[in-house]
Amino acid sequence: MTFAHRHLLGIEQLRPQDITAILDLAETYVDLNRQSDKHADVLAGLTQINMFFEASTRTQASFELAGKRLGADVMNMAMQASSIKKGETLIDTAMTLNAMHPDLLVVRHPHSGAVDLLAQKVNCAVLNAGDGRHEHPTQALLDALTIRRAKGRLHRLNIAICGDIAHSRVARSNILLLGKMENRIRLIGPPTLMPSQIDQFGVEVYDDMRKGLADVDVVMMLRLQRERMDGGFIPSEREYYHRYGLDAEKLGLAKPDAIVMHPGPMNRGVEIDGTLADDINRSVIQDQVEMGVAVRMAAMELLARNLAKARAA
Amino acid sequence: MSTLFKNARLIDPETGTDAPGWLLVQDGLIAAQGDGTPPAGAAQIIDCNGKCLAPGIVDLGVKVCEPGERHKESYKSAGLAAAAGGITTIVTRPDTTPAIDSPEALEFVTRRAQVDAPVNVLPIAALTKNREGREMTEIGFLMDAGAVAFSDCDHVVENTKVFSRALTYARSCGALVIAHPQDPGLSQGAAATSGKFASLRGLPAVSPMAERMGLDRDIALIEMTGAKYHADQITTARALPALERAKKNGLDITAGVSIHHLTLNELDVADYRTFFKIKPPLRSEDDRMAVVEALRSGLIDIISSMHTPQDEESKRLPFEEAASGAVALETLLPAALRLYHAGQMELPQLFRAMALNPALRLDLPSGRLSPGAPADLVLFDADAPFVLDRATLKSKSRNTPFDGQRMQGRVLATYVAGTPVYRRA
Repeated sequence: MTFAHRHLLGIEQLRPQDITAILDLAETYVDLNRQSDKHADVLAGLTQINMFFEASTRTQASFELAGKRLGADVMNMAMQASSIKKGETLIDTAMTLNAMHPDLLVVRHPHSGAVDLLAQKVNCAVLNAGDGRHEHPTQALLDALTIRRAKGRLHRLNIAICGDIAHSRVARSNILLLGKMENRIRLIGPPTLMPSQIDQFGVEVYDDMRKGLADVDVVMMLRLQRERMDGGFIPSEREYYHRYGLDAEKLGLAKPDAIVMHPGPMNRGVEIDGTLADDINRSVIQDQVEMGVAVRMAAMELLARNLAKARAA
Repeated sequence: MSTLFKNARLIDPETGTDAPGWLLVQDGLIAAQGDGTPPAGAAQIIDCNGKCLAPGIVDLGVKVCEPGERHKESYKSAGLAAAAGGITTIVTRPDTTPAIDSPEALEFVTRRAQVDAPVNVLPIAALTKNREGREMTEIGFLMDAGAVAFSDCDHVVENTKVFSRALTYARSCGALVIAHPQDPGLSQGAAATSGKFASLRGLPAVSPMAERMGLDRDIALIEMTGAKYHADQITTARALPALERAKKNGLDITAGVSIHHLTLNELDVADYRTFFKIKPPLRSEDDRMAVVEALRSGLIDIISSMHTPQDEESKRLPFEEAASGAVALETLLPAALRLYHAGQMELPQLFRAMALNPALRLDLPSGRLSPGAPADLVLFDADAPFVLDRATLKSKSRNTPFDGQRMQGRVLATYVAGTPVYRRA
């Protein structure tokens, strides 16, 4: 197993065997996380800084827990509250942090490409925790692990990704990952929320959810941001729910054992029916959260190994 | 005082010829040219060693950052960069801070240019006050003060009533209006051209259709007002049929394109390289090829550098936040020569687009090699290869997309009114 990457900036740079390597290692952490002693010390002595230029509760908590369970010293910096307000540029912030010798930098930023830019300027491993509408690689990896565990495989599945594809980094990373693992991907959503020429990514595009859901193995719902509901992209919340909200009736068109996923936080009654989201026979939403910690532990461990090798060389 | 350029390869865009010959300059003007034995008796003889001698480039739409941001580019640095790039006339944009929208501001520019710039400087003035698209500027006074054209640059005058009145008034003054054809709604917030690449990179994007919509609107207004109009940059295939129809219908319309849209495409942005962020954004390869063909056929008239200096601070940002624009005075000619080396354009055609056509559009006597024209000349080696190092640029800002790229074609010397303003060491 070789995972020869310095950073985890996106799924785009990963090969299928890299993805499998992360998922296989993550499996061991799923087991660890279910024990009462959840500690491993593979990151002992290392410093992990979580820099979130955009508010996040779940992803930040997941990365923090992952780092702490592996023994790293974890620091959280809520960047939207600090230096940006004082007019400091991203590069300057990066240089300042770099001087503190972090080993792992976890970054979320509202602009596409910002994490790539930062990674060019620091000499530690950078993990992209979401940049603009570009990529959110650990989300795609945790989704992949969830699917693999629920379905027993991560290839030749029919997977529907539904909702606001245009503004979603989760969708982009998932399209890339699930495509690399040779699945059949369908995108379902109103055309106003589809990126241009998305059909060239090897996906099938549906604006009719009923047709799109026919015989799928996995239904992946996306969050619809509040600011998109004001009539600019869709006419109203209730019309959206009627046409693109997932309920038991629409899910009935999918395979009988199809699973339902959502990256959270959910808008119950907007993109997904509340009862369905809580149905333990169909919904794997809670598993996704659990897999998130394990996948992030695995990704950080692999990057830390490469960092140690690079520093030894 | 007379100077003879002998043993030259004369590039004459007026006659469309590219042939060995000599050129005689007398008192700052071209006195004669010919092949065969050159006349005797010139005070100074320059042996061109068979290299190309062409009319100096007339660059329509150069941003010099005075007043406001002299640290990005001054008249001195822009003038030196232009001279090194074989450009003998820079036609400057009014999108400074503050905008050049009053005769007083224009006089400041003219004075600064006279003191510092070794090349000819002709200013464009703003079409509306502060380029806000609300009230027209003093077009008559500004023309008296030396404005050669009027433009709000990349600000589209959204209100068609305001724009039509400004066009009508400009027509009565005989003024040229330069506009940036772009639908303002569709292009709002865009950092890339919509398509597969922008979708992959997750960048806010504008459909290439926005350019055609802007051009269609402007053409209707020119038809209505009879104004003299130049579209600063036509960069998409979809806009070309509209331009062709407008020309066929006899409207007084010309169109330009930036050197970057002729030689680069959207994929060059790669991993969010902000030096490739320009306005309008780089297009698909299909669009680039269509625009090169339109230039070749003469549908697009003018190549400009669209020189836009930006400092490191405004470029070292996430792509969406980074400033648009690229410097190009020194790379215009070698980049344009890519089209020549690729067999897409002949040298006289290139100089028609870079020298003769802009001069004709602005009623200037330059841009040609005929007797009586000013001896604004560039001597260059069309084949000399080099790798561009942006640290060597004379511009104060070095935001060039060509850094580290192989280029072919070097300026050996530049003359303004027969006087050397640049000589390659």
